[in-house]
Amino acid sequence: MIVAVASGKGGTGKTTVAVSLAVALACQSDWGQVDHDGLRVRLVDCDVEEPNAHLFLKPEIQWRQDVGVLTPVVDEDRCTHCRRCVEVCAFHAIAVIAEKVLVFAELCHGCGSCAFNCPENAIREELRVTGVIEKGSAGKIDFAHGVLNVGEAMAVPVIRELKKCVGKGEAAILTVLDAPPGTSCPVVATLAGADYALMVTEPTPFGLHDLKLAVKVARDELGLPVGVVVNRDGFGDQGVDEYCKAEGIPILLRIPLDRRIAEAYSEGVDLVSAVPEYRDLFLELYRKIRRGASG
Amino acid sequence: MKQIVVLSGKGGTGKTALVAALAHLASERACTILVDADVDASNLELLLAPRQRETHDFAGGQVAVVDFDACTGCGLCQEVCRFEAISIRSGGVNDGVCTIDPIACEGCASCFYRCPDRAIHMDERVSGRWFLSDTRFGPLLHAQLFAAQENSGKLVTLVKQQAREVGLAEGRDYLIIDGPPGIGCPAIAACSGADLALLVAEPTLAGVHDLERVLATVEHFGVTTLVCINKHDVNVARAAEIERYCTSRGVEVVGRIPFDTVVTEAMVQGRAVTEYTDGPVSSGMKTIWDKIK
Repeated sequence: MIVAVASGKGGTGKTTVAVSLAVALACQSDWGQVDHDGLRVRLVDCDVEEPNAHLFLKPEIQWRQDVGVLTPVVDEDRCTHCRRCVEVCAFHAIAVIAEKVLVFAELCHGCGSCAFNCPENAIREELRVTGVIEKGSAGKIDFAHGVLNVGEAMAVPVIRELKKCVGKGEAAILTVLDAPPGTSCPVVATLAGADYALMVTEPTPFGLHDLKLAVKVARDELGLPVGVVVNRDGFGDQGVDEYCKAEGIPILLRIPLDRRIAEAYSEGVDLVSAVPEYRDLFLELYRKIRRGASG
Repeated sequence: MKQIVVLSGKGGTGKTALVAALAHLASERACTILVDADVDASNLELLLAPRQRETHDFAGGQVAVVDFDACTGCGLCQEVCRFEAISIRSGGVNDGVCTIDPIACEGCASCFYRCPDRAIHMDERVSGRWFLSDTRFGPLLHAQLFAAQENSGKLVTLVKQQAREVGLAEGRDYLIIDGPPGIGCPAIAACSGADLALLVAEPTLAGVHDLERVLATVEHFGVTTLVCINKHDVNVARAAEIERYCTSRGVEVVGRIPFDTVVTEAMVQGRAVTEYTDGPVSSGMKTIWDKIK
């Protein structure tokens, strides 16, 4: 099962929940009735702009690969400056000025249209590195994340490659995807192919506003089952509760506003390790997600 | 017109609460125009109660559309699509023809050029809306990218351009931009051309890590940078680490704001925290405004 942890709003506790869920499950030795021999728990940090899960898990990185965007390289000997590449590029990433082809690499989406359509076969593509994928392990958790290079605009190619590298997750009992904040393309790239979207929010007007937007993406656009974790419960207002009730979205876990938790977080310690009673709460959360994903 | 952008890298560090306070403080003595550049999840309006002056569609790009009658299901479009947006239907009325997932489609038009039967055309995609509104602290340019859409950077650039034009025409002194989280295209679009970037850091392990990346990003684009630390008393040691890091990078820390639930109380009331109370949070924010104005 693949669970994406998302939120719309930043800083609501996605990484804390994602890591705690993985840790709770990984330290569970008895899987119950089902035989899960050899199955692992995996955590994949898809917030490639600001990845943080590694700060909590401190994985040993065993594998690393540069990734990026296939960008055109023009063979000037073959090029007749016919401008066909300029016509077909939807992203204005290529121009012909005074018998010279200019490629604006940072605008290129790597669609290949210029190379496919060049009548002289004068364009080949080269990988322009925009980030790196790293894989490793932290105890019983398999870990992977992508890191976008500073100054690069496009997160999606790195997220896509990251998801290709980790596959569909057949060999894992649970794959947790830690999503970036927001509701646009990096979030969609993360949620695509997941079995369940777990929304982490806080009970404030900002939290509610962004939760609604995130539900629109996950449930209405992508058709995923959704459930909510309310973090820093006990302050703010009732808006999130009322909304979830009206929409029939289950609130699966409430994490109170608690100084112990805030301090643990600030030192990069997950909830299960900081406050042991959360282990059972996160295992219960896992069971609820499982039921929600299957029905 | 001085252009100030508030960024953080990490989400939820308090950018929007700070921007509302800065807008309030600025409006006491100067003319200000505001931009909410978090077009995915714009929250500034929840504090400023904007009255819309203008509403516009945002055409973010194109999307490929299949004419089912003309499609022979040859699959050539699927071969050239690098975004896994095309599949061949099996069963139903349109059995064997191509179908395009508009969410996965990036609008590159490779399929349009490849199709031998002219069965694909490109449609304009309205992927959001942007607004010019009035608030008690001055005009606000804000936007809403529709769910699951692309090109947030382009929309950020557009609302900033509009704000610049309106601000110059109306003789505004400050353009204050509430930035998006992250360091990718919308954050880059938000900081480009700014006179000053104010980074809001929080004293946590993740906050320190994310500050380093957003600081490197704004420096990469040559924007002058100042840092403030929000909720600095949650972890005093980490706050000191941020101060040392900033000193080592030659970046000034211009303010320290303590953790206080008044920020949330003000949010629930739809007020800027400096309007709502005079406590330590407000005085921290006043210090910041005095340093950056």
